[in-house]
Amino acid sequence: MTDTRVLQRSASDGAFLPRGGPAGGPGSPQSRSVLELAGLRRDFGSFSALRGIDLTIAPGEFVALLGPSGCGKTTALNCIAGLMPLTGGRINLGERRIDELPPEQRGFGMVFQSYALFPHMTVRKNVGFGLAMQKVPRKEAEARIDEALSLVRLHAQGDKLPGQMSGGQQQRVAIARAIVIRPPVVLMDEPLSNLDAKLRLEMRAEIRRIHDAIGSTTIYVTHDQDEALSMADRIVVMQEGMIRQTGTPEDLYERPLHADVAEFMGFRTRIHGRVRSMQDGRVTVEAGGAVVEAVARNPVSVGQTVTLMIRPEDFLATAERTSIGGTVRTIEYRGRAFFGTASLADGTDVFFRSEMRHSVGQAVGLSTPPSQILVFAEDGS
Amino acid sequence: MSATAASPQAVTPARMSLRQRLAARGIDSITLLVLPALLALVGLFVYPFIYGLIVSFAPKVGPFYENYHKFFSDPFLRSTIWHTLALAFPTTLLSILLALPIAFRVRLMRRQRTLTTILLLPMTLGTVLVAQGLLTYLGPHGWFNRVLMLLHISGRPLELTNNYWGVFASLVLTGFPFTFLLTLSYVSGIDPALEEAAATLGGGAWNRFMRIFLPLLAPGLAVTFCLSFVQSFSVFPSAVLLGAPAGSTHVIAIAAYQAAFEQYNYSLGSAIAMIMGGVQLVIVIAVLASRQLFYRGPVGGTKG
Repeated sequence: MTDTRVLQRSASDGAFLPRGGPAGGPGSPQSRSVLELAGLRRDFGSFSALRGIDLTIAPGEFVALLGPSGCGKTTALNCIAGLMPLTGGRINLGERRIDELPPEQRGFGMVFQSYALFPHMTVRKNVGFGLAMQKVPRKEAEARIDEALSLVRLHAQGDKLPGQMSGGQQQRVAIARAIVIRPPVVLMDEPLSNLDAKLRLEMRAEIRRIHDAIGSTTIYVTHDQDEALSMADRIVVMQEGMIRQTGTPEDLYERPLHADVAEFMGFRTRIHGRVRSMQDGRVTVEAGGAVVEAVARNPVSVGQTVTLMIRPEDFLATAERTSIGGTVRTIEYRGRAFFGTASLADGTDVFFRSEMRHSVGQAVGLSTPPSQILVFAEDGS
Repeated sequence: MSATAASPQAVTPARMSLRQRLAARGIDSITLLVLPALLALVGLFVYPFIYGLIVSFAPKVGPFYENYHKFFSDPFLRSTIWHTLALAFPTTLLSILLALPIAFRVRLMRRQRTLTTILLLPMTLGTVLVAQGLLTYLGPHGWFNRVLMLLHISGRPLELTNNYWGVFASLVLTGFPFTFLLTLSYVSGIDPALEEAAATLGGGAWNRFMRIFLPLLAPGLAVTFCLSFVQSFSVFPSAVLLGAPAGSTHVIAIAAYQAAFEQYNYSLGSAIAMIMGGVQLVIVIAVLASRQLFYRGPVGGTKG
C-alpha cells in the first residue's frame, strides 16, 4: 500500500520523494515500514569502518548498536541518517531505496551526542524547526510542539534558550525536536554519554517510555552494555565494523557466542586452558595451573585450547583452599560485597567477588559453579 | 587561611600588606607585563591623536573651527568622503561575499594550511607592489584585456586602470585574504553537528544557511566588516597609482596628504584626518550596534 502511494506521487511530482518529507506518525503507513540494511560498507581510504552490515529492523522495534569505541556503530548511524555516504550496500525503508537520498529527504529524527541544539533559537523554535521545514500549518505546528514538549516534560520551559538549561533538559529538547516530525525511525547517538550517572539512569527509563508512547522505531548507539541491556528489544553487538552477535538482551547476557561479546557482557576474566576430558556436556579444563569443570556451550574437543570466561560476581574468593588458587592484587568495597583482582599461579589476572576484605598479597581460593563458566574454542590452534 | 583569619590582627585590613591588597584587586607582578603595550599605546596613538586634534583646531587664519568649516564648504574636499565610501563599502562587502562560500568549502578541507599560505601572499606583498602589478595586468595591453579580446568577449581593451575600477580591484585583492581568514575562523567555530541536525530535520542547504549559519555568523561578520572596512577606508597608495587621484578616486587620505604636504597646511591636514576618523567611527559603531539584534552567545554547540 505504502509503496504504491509513494510511487504514484513520485510519478506525478517528478520527484523521488514528496517535497515536504515523509509525513509519518504513529500508526501512519510510513512508520510501519521495515528498515533494511544490506551489506553496508563505508571505507575511508584503506580503512574500512563498516565491512558489510546486514540488519533488518521491524517497525516499532528498539534496537541498540553496542560496541567499543571505533567499532563503527556511529558510522553506521550516520550512514543510516544520510550524513555520510555509503561506499557499498543499500538501505531500504519498506520497499523504497533511501541510501542515495540526502538526509533532509529521509526524514529520520536524530538525537546527537552533543545534542546539537540551535543555540540562537528558543526551545519552542528548536522543536518547531522540523515542522517549519515540512511547512506544517502554524496552528497544527504549535499543537504538536506542545505535545512533544509535554512528552519530554518540558512544557513550561518553551521560551528558554538552550544555553539556559541543564544538560538533562537539553537532552530532552533534543529528543522532542527529533520526534515532533513523527519520523519513521529515530536515531540516537550515545545520547546519555554527557550526563551524570544519576541522570543517565533516569533518562534511560524516560527514553524507553517515549519510544513506547510514540511507537516509533528507534536505533540507539551506545558503548554502555547496561544501557543496551536495560532499554533495547534487541541488541546488535558490533566490532571492527562487523556485527558480532544479534539477540535479545537476555540472549546476549546469558549466551554470548564469542569471547569478545562475552567480555562486553561482563565476563571479565579470561583464562586460557586445554580440554582434558568431556562427559555429558561437561568439560574438564586444565587452566591457570588448576583443573576446572565447566559446561560447554560450543562444541569443543579433547586436547583443544580454549578460553574460559567468568563474571566477577560469579567468581567467589574465600580463605579456604579450592581447586583454583590465586594471590590477591587489589581489592575494593562496592557496597554489599568486595571486588578485586587476583593472579593465578601462571600469572593470569582474574576478577573476583568476596564477602570479606582480603589483604593484598593474601592467598585465596576461587570457585564458581560450572554452569557460570563460558568455554570458547580458540581459533587457529 | 582559616587559621590566620582566626587571629584578630589578620582580619583588620590595615595589617594586610600592600602586596595582598593589590592582589585582592587582581593586580600582581604579572600585571607589569601590560606596561610595554600601555607605553606604546600612549606614545604612538593617544598622544599623536590628541596632538592632532589640538593642531586641527589651530588654523593659520580664521576662527578655531575654520579647517572644519573649509572642508565641509568646499565641494572638492567634501566629496572625498563619498569617494572613499564608494570604494570602501562595496569592496568590503564583495570581499565578505566572496569569502563566505569559500570559507564554507575550506572548513571541510584537511589541508587548510597550504591554502591559507597562498591566500596570505597578497597581504605580505603590500599594496604598492600589488598596485604596480595590477597597473600592467589590467592595462590596455595587459593579460586581462588580451584574454578578453582573444575570447571575443570584448572588442576593445576595457579601461580598468587610472579610474575607479583599478582601485576597486586592488582593494578587493589586498583586502580579501584578511577578510577570508577572519570569516574562516568564524565559520569553523560553528559546531558541524548543528548543520547535520538541521539536515535530519528536513532543512535543505538554503534553509540551513539562512536559519542556522547566518544568524550565528552575523555578529562575527559584523566584526569582519568593520575591520576590513577600516582598512579599505584608509586607501592611499592604490588610489594614487591605479586610480584617478584628481577625480573619482580623490579619496580622503589623498586630501589629507595634499593639505599637509603639498599646501603645507598641517592644521588642515590634521582636521581632515580627524574627519576621516570620525566617519569610520560612526560606521563602525553603527555596524557593531546592529550585532545586538542577533544572538551573541556561544556557537560551538550547547554545553555538554
